[in-house]
Amino acid sequence: MDKIKEIANKLVEMKEWPEFNAGDTLTVSYKIKEGNKERVQQFQGVVIQRRGSGTTETFTIRKITNGVGVERIFPLASPFIEEIKVNKRGRVRRARIFYLRGLTGKAARIKEKKTFK
Amino acid sequence: MPGLIGKKIGMTSIYDASGKNVPCTILEVGPCVVTQVKTLEKDGYEAVQLGWGDKADHRTSKPMKGHFDKAGVSPKKRMVEFTGFDRELKAGDELKADEVFNEGDFVFVIGRSKGKGFQGVVKRHGFAGVGQATHGQHNRLRAPGSIGAASDPARVFKGMRMAGQTGNKRVTVENLQVMKVMPEEGLMVVKGAVPGHKGSTLVIRK
Repeated sequence: MDKIKEIANKLVEMKEWPEFNAGDTLTVSYKIKEGNKERVQQFQGVVIQRRGSGTTETFTIRKITNGVGVERIFPLASPFIEEIKVNKRGRVRRARIFYLRGLTGKAARIKEKKTFK
Repeated sequence: MPGLIGKKIGMTSIYDASGKNVPCTILEVGPCVVTQVKTLEKDGYEAVQLGWGDKADHRTSKPMKGHFDKAGVSPKKRMVEFTGFDRELKAGDELKADEVFNEGDFVFVIGRSKGKGFQGVVKRHGFAGVGQATHGQHNRLRAPGSIGAASDPARVFKGMRMAGQTGNKRVTVENLQVMKVMPEEGLMVVKGAVPGHKGSTLVIRK
């Protein structure tokens, strides 16, 4: 297992992203190709899980668009990701907050994490 | 066909030139040594016998020891014959991954699939079973169903798919694209899956 990861690290370039966890609100800017043109799109929402490790790690972001829940899975090492911005740190008590799928409106709010210096 | 012997390291995924995520398998390929060169005059056909993987001396039989001594190499675990290498080879020569395979090549990978033991028709042949789980049904959920008619033909046809040993047999996967060759580490990355468990011996040929 370790040997696979060692080799995978050589094959896949990992970019530096800010630290984030489930419950945080992110804005992910990612490139999309339309024919020959390339443009940057943004996806803002709550991280509901981080999955896997090393070069194959992914994270899932959930947002509500027009009353419909939309989830998008991004690989952390994806070359299409331009930028990840942490908008808000959320205080949640588990690593995978799938219970958010069943909640809407006010109930789906996440408390902001207080950080003390 | 030229080829080499190696082993499976495991699977991961990499990104190709267009940024697409590609599932792939990391293989350790070679180094192989030539243990024998077969010639038309002596053997009736032309081939190069390659050996891979060191084997303990006390596990090698005396006749095989003689065979390896003749080539001037240490005892090897696995030997396979290949043909059509680019350069002239003689006994004792070493072959590495980058001498045989290039990025973009399509290779065949031959290995032994993971053994699954004696399995029923649902796992072995993808049958759907018979009937329902509820409504008083019993022991039919993973059953094969009818295996033929009655007094005519009064036998079961050959090749009827039934339960039996599953896996642990030779499997060839064709046309796997070589994504990367890493000569210093003796590694190669191919697109897709290959048979067998991690560490199992594989024959990789063009």
